[in-house]
Amino acid sequence: MNRNTKLIALLLLPAFFAVTFADEIATMRDGVKITETPKPAPIPRVVNEDIKAQRSYPMQPPLIPHDTRDYELNLQVNKCMSCHGRRHTEDSQAPMISVTHYMDRDGNFLAEVSPRRYFCDQCHVTQTTTREVYENEFVDMDELLEERAAAGSDD
Amino acid sequence: MTVSRREFMKANAIVAAASVAGVSIPAEASNVITGEDLTRLSWNKAPCRFCGTGCSVNVATLDGKVVATHGDIQSPVNKGLNCVKGYFLSKIMYGKDRLQTPLLRKRDGKYHKEGDFTPVSWDEAFDIMAEKFKAALKTKGPTSVGMFGSGQWTVLEGYAAVKLMKAGFRSNNIEPNARHCMASAVGGFMRTFGIDEPMGCYDDIEATDAFVLWGSNMSEMHPILWTRVTDRRLSASHVKVAVLSTYRHRCYDLADMDMIFTPQTDLAILNFIANYIIKTGRVNHDFVNKHTNFRRGDADIGYGLRDEHPLQQAAANPNSGGSKPMSFDDFAEFVSDYDEDYVSKLSGVSVDKLRDLAELYADPDRKVVSFWTMGVNQHTRGVWCNNLIYNIHLLTGKIATPGNSPFSLTGQPSACGTAREVGTFSHRLPADMVVANEKHREIAEKIWRLPEGTIVGKPGYHAVLHNRKLKDGEINAYWVQCNNNMQAAANINEEAYPGYRNPDNFIVVSDPYPTVTAQAADLVLPTAMWVEKEGVYGNAERRTQSWYQMIEPPGESRSDVWQVIEFSKRFTTDEVWPEELLAKSPELRGKTLYEVLFTNGHANRFPLSEISSEHSNNESEYFGYYVQKSLFEEYAEFGRGKAHDLAPYDVYHQTRGLRWPVVDGKETLWRFKEGSDPYAKPGSDWDFYGKPDGRAIIFALPYEPAAESPDDEYDLWLCTGRVLEHWHSGSMTRRVPELQRAVPNALVFMHPDDARGRGLRRGDDVRIISRRGEIRTRVETRGRNRPPVGLVFVPWFDASRLINKVTLDATDPLSKQTDYKKCAVKIEKA
Repeated sequence: MNRNTKLIALLLLPAFFAVTFADEIATMRDGVKITETPKPAPIPRVVNEDIKAQRSYPMQPPLIPHDTRDYELNLQVNKCMSCHGRRHTEDSQAPMISVTHYMDRDGNFLAEVSPRRYFCDQCHVTQTTTREVYENEFVDMDELLEERAAAGSDD
Repeated sequence: MTVSRREFMKANAIVAAASVAGVSIPAEASNVITGEDLTRLSWNKAPCRFCGTGCSVNVATLDGKVVATHGDIQSPVNKGLNCVKGYFLSKIMYGKDRLQTPLLRKRDGKYHKEGDFTPVSWDEAFDIMAEKFKAALKTKGPTSVGMFGSGQWTVLEGYAAVKLMKAGFRSNNIEPNARHCMASAVGGFMRTFGIDEPMGCYDDIEATDAFVLWGSNMSEMHPILWTRVTDRRLSASHVKVAVLSTYRHRCYDLADMDMIFTPQTDLAILNFIANYIIKTGRVNHDFVNKHTNFRRGDADIGYGLRDEHPLQQAAANPNSGGSKPMSFDDFAEFVSDYDEDYVSKLSGVSVDKLRDLAELYADPDRKVVSFWTMGVNQHTRGVWCNNLIYNIHLLTGKIATPGNSPFSLTGQPSACGTAREVGTFSHRLPADMVVANEKHREIAEKIWRLPEGTIVGKPGYHAVLHNRKLKDGEINAYWVQCNNNMQAAANINEEAYPGYRNPDNFIVVSDPYPTVTAQAADLVLPTAMWVEKEGVYGNAERRTQSWYQMIEPPGESRSDVWQVIEFSKRFTTDEVWPEELLAKSPELRGKTLYEVLFTNGHANRFPLSEISSEHSNNESEYFGYYVQKSLFEEYAEFGRGKAHDLAPYDVYHQTRGLRWPVVDGKETLWRFKEGSDPYAKPGSDWDFYGKPDGRAIIFALPYEPAAESPDDEYDLWLCTGRVLEHWHSGSMTRRVPELQRAVPNALVFMHPDDARGRGLRRGDDVRIISRRGEIRTRVETRGRNRPPVGLVFVPWFDASRLINKVTLDATDPLSKQTDYKKCAVKIEKA
């Protein structure tokens, strides 16, 4: 059923484009001509609900579900580790950094977070409440697995 | 909103109940699918699609879709890490608005410059495109067609495009967007060493005692290299990190020595360091005497603006890269003007900090790596700035040995591989050769099996000139692949936009997505990207890496290399070559460019049977031979035996890349040093063999002011750049919801005092105005970038806030690279 729906959508595509495409095709300008300057949306709020978001796949670095404004992260201080370090998670109830974060370049486990993982914000980012989000049709592997399993049970 | 653990359990119980009722249940009894045949993922390696670091990525596919990506543990570059962009590579192909068919502007059923975009077939697309290219070639000749490519093209795509343009159409008007990115680095290498690309490699990071960043925000733009710098700094307490920029950014979080300098005064600081090394008696005279020459470069060379611009008219030696020999003593006298008091006053950096910085270089017991990127290259004196960095490494002999490394970082994933090594520039051929050199043209014509005189000896128009020539109606048929130049080029209001929309011109844009550039085009071609095709990239440390096609591109999308080769079928030699050339090779008369360039028996010599049996290869299956391998092996002929040796193509599929020159199966980590570079002559110790006498050049070059500086009306410096979460113009990363939500828009970063002085607060809607144009955005006073009073920073990834309407298209007169880091603006409340 899922596949049929997709097929129909594909067949309809050219007709759909013929009516929708005009001059302003750049999705990210939202119909505004290149020569014009739109009013900018306000700066959106940083999501600060402390609700973990589902990962798109197991290896994805988790998103930060709280505001990190004014967090110090420099040669002297790593504010993130004061909650996410192994010895602090019982008090903070924050998730401990992954075991991979204790490994050096050669895969040896160190006693503390590996210096190569020191700057958390190179992989982990906060989210804002922006409404300017563009649709993405990435399919979660679990959906594909369920399709496979379902196909298998039909036989 | 909060959900308690209890509520969660309750909600989950309902789902479980529904499953039991048979609404949606996996075949197994468990709620987890564990069957190995069902859950096994297919993993393959690919270099990351984004920056010049060249991380290797493991890509998982399932049922024809990419479902996961992670850092490749086996890669020496990144050892299992990716930055946040790299971790989300899985999603870049799946934006809902991927282009599915070619789109042509039509009115009343036929092409019209002001028509609406209408889906057409590839046949119709190539028909009109060929008609327009033929018309231009016929009326005005080869200089009236042009192509604008990319440092994100694969090596093979760039190479095929060079053949089509330089040999097929006999037009040298082919350029990569890398002209905006590292042309000054190329200029610096060629001028100082006579051969392009870094002598060192990333292994320098773990071997050094000090890092100096000259205009490079590595923490955001080369994040995985920054993890290696951080690792080194935090693992070895004697290591020092010095960061220089015109505003504070994240690299300052690791800095032992932090300096903010007034824009353009990096030239003076570099000369001060040379002066300090000499004055404190720390010149490595043995090295200098054996391996260097001194030259005085021409000064007052203009600003790469249009010839009639007053700044060009005022220059004494416009565009001159000339120089004259000088002695060490003359050089010492030249730099003696740059004493600490003068340079401190000019740059705004304290005397103490200047001395500490100079001491890092002067101290003979300290190894130093200098890193630089756009701060140095996007500079109206970018080549000079590169030369001046080499000066201080050469004066001290701190070069080409582990940990001693002047290291120019490239921005794009194949700026080195495709733009520089293939030579997709208007003046270049593969392996550092140039069209202006008759011998070089002969070598290329021989490898390409073409008659002598096919390649034109006059260099074509450089990137910035493309837009000017489009506006002036001198280039009339133009093809853009793999970049977004209507967002990326400086001064789009006055040059790029009028150029693309000039009624005399036909503009073709190949892209996976409907970008700003696509919107400005007349024909848009849907394009396969990244692992939807087989490819090769070359990173910043000379590492060549390949990948297989892993998934099918959507709809009717085709790769850039397919487009170039297929389009070549539309032309015969009679239509594009003069009679004189045809007479030299009658056997080529009447043949298509496809036959002459891509299926001449040599250029297609590897059969289809050699492609991977486990992967699709759409291009090879379509054309009937192993396209990528054939192109690669022909291209590799240019560099083998000439210090640019590449390994056999298949080797790259087996390894995590190799750093050229690859001689006898062995990669080269440090060039120019006897013992590590097989091309360094025995007994030479160091051999700068790019120069005829084996000596690198130390240049005397002065500080000269920027093209445009703040004044009473336009009272702020504007600096532009990238952010960690987005790649370039954001056409891929902004379609990844997690990355878009992380950094949704380009804000103007300014000092709180500058905001207050204009009656502004964080979040206010403002107009940023220059002499060329304006945009509107919001004020940010407390973000990750902290500019000093008098300077603002705006990133360029945001298609709805096109900061390049504001920037100035002044370039380095030698490298022709635009200075995106300096122009004058004013800011008003909207």
